[in-house]
Amino acid sequence: MRSLIFGLALTAMFALGALVSFVWTPYDVTVLEIANKLKPPTADHWFGTDHFGRDIFSMIMVGARTSIAVAVVAVVIGMGLGVPLGLAAAARKGSLLDEVIMRGNDLIFAFPSLLIAILITAIFGPSAVNAIIAIGIFNIPVFARLTRGAALSLWTRDYVLAARVAGKGATRISVEHILPNVANLLIVQGTIQFSLGILAEAALSYVGLGAQPPTPSWGRMLADAQTLIALAPHVALFPGFAILFTVLGLNLAGDGLRDVLDPKLRVQR
Amino acid sequence: MLRYAIKRVGSLAISLIVASLVIFACIEVIPGDPASFMLGINAQPDTVAALREELGLNASLGARYLSWVTGMLSGDFGTSYTYRSPVAEIIGDRLWISLPLALIALGLTVLIAFPVGILAATKRGSWADMSVMGATQLGIAIPNFWFAMLMVLLFAINLRWFSAGGFPGWENPLAALKALTLPAIALALPQASILARVMRSALLDTLSEDYIRTCRAKGLTQRQALWRHALRNAMIPVLTIIGLQFSFLLAGAIIIENVFYLPGLGRLVFQAISQRDLIMVESVVFLLVFAVIMVNFAVDLAYAWVDPRLRGRA
Repeated sequence: MRSLIFGLALTAMFALGALVSFVWTPYDVTVLEIANKLKPPTADHWFGTDHFGRDIFSMIMVGARTSIAVAVVAVVIGMGLGVPLGLAAAARKGSLLDEVIMRGNDLIFAFPSLLIAILITAIFGPSAVNAIIAIGIFNIPVFARLTRGAALSLWTRDYVLAARVAGKGATRISVEHILPNVANLLIVQGTIQFSLGILAEAALSYVGLGAQPPTPSWGRMLADAQTLIALAPHVALFPGFAILFTVLGLNLAGDGLRDVLDPKLRVQR
Repeated sequence: MLRYAIKRVGSLAISLIVASLVIFACIEVIPGDPASFMLGINAQPDTVAALREELGLNASLGARYLSWVTGMLSGDFGTSYTYRSPVAEIIGDRLWISLPLALIALGLTVLIAFPVGILAATKRGSWADMSVMGATQLGIAIPNFWFAMLMVLLFAINLRWFSAGGFPGWENPLAALKALTLPAIALALPQASILARVMRSALLDTLSEDYIRTCRAKGLTQRQALWRHALRNAMIPVLTIIGLQFSFLLAGAIIIENVFYLPGLGRLVFQAISQRDLIMVESVVFLLVFAVIMVNFAVDLAYAWVDPRLRGRA
């Protein structure tokens, strides 16, 4: 319970920062003030300024939008496609459809999201949308496998048998009886994929395959900071901490949620 | 065991063929005409025609796919448009950095995760377990390229124990290994954190099994029960994760190379993207996917070795 509250609080802090950044940031991140560049943290600039004299605190607030948006949409893609596929595969266990879906999943697993991003970027050029697609595609088999595995055991339950006797079709049973019972698992996995998405987005924009300037993103900020690290370490420190704490918050929230939603597992700790 | 292996080889072949089709479609079909794509919008029509001829783009799609695949089978990946030399040679040179990096990182991951995971499981609930769980929670959340930058700041810039980047070449193996040390640690830390947690929970599961109690009852010490029985049974989930991790290590190596300015596959592929050298991108991506598929295949075989029950199924 403690880890859930702490994790949610940490995540909420960054989500709030991202939301507030739409209406207010301490400084305007589009204004360059070269005279003010690479200033260490002060009372005016809590996290200092970058090589263009932009306020790093404000940039982290705006960068949170990119990170969170990319990761959330990627989870939605993964769930939106993966869950129905997993439900369908479980409903027709052992059929050709099941086989095709599972082999397709295996195939996607052979393409880490970085490679998908490389393929997409080579053709369409880099953008945050590419990052979303790359991470989203990688999320599909994660949710498909999880859903199929959980659904398979539910299909043997008596209440599913009762529903079949009552004349419900496979689709209706999947939606009305299977889905609600795997929802908890999906929520926990969703939190984990959310945090992995934040990490993946940061890595992709760090190597230039994600959000492009002038859109601030944490990974880009770190890429810019790399050559300045000896001169102004603070430029590299704060975006990294932002990623670390967001991911940590989500992971703790995920662990906490699992404990709350699935009391059977609580004994484990 | 043999039947199991044959079945696995069959599905391995199908995976490789489908993966190659996907990559071929992405690189050579989606952009329309790769030649004009590579030369950009300002290219003269006769230059485009010449490149089309050079790349063999006038043949049908099927013929091009076949010649790409058969070329790769004989070690011919085509000629790089920007480097004007065989892709296989260039990749071969770069592979000598990325592959050792990923392997060293994998070795470190296992070396850290096994003892730590076993310690946490056997001393469950103790302060050692708590600190392992806390530290691994941090290790999982830290972006490895940022951790790499922090290590550069500490060990290269402030302490001057290591150089901040670059690669001296394998002529001097010690210097080469030294250049790969920080990158490998940066890659290994998050993966070791994940693996240590998997090791701990897998071991906790097996240690609570009835047969372990039986072992203890017939007079084995806790230590003997652990090493002879529990560890082997805990290996299935651990092996799965190690297999998955290798693909993350290879992909991660590409990113970490950027932090340390290592001239490996990562820098090659990012340059190729900005130079629109599609042939190079296609080959590097296929090579990495190939590596991932082969590792998963090896893990499947390893399962059967660890757990004889799996040999019957396929």
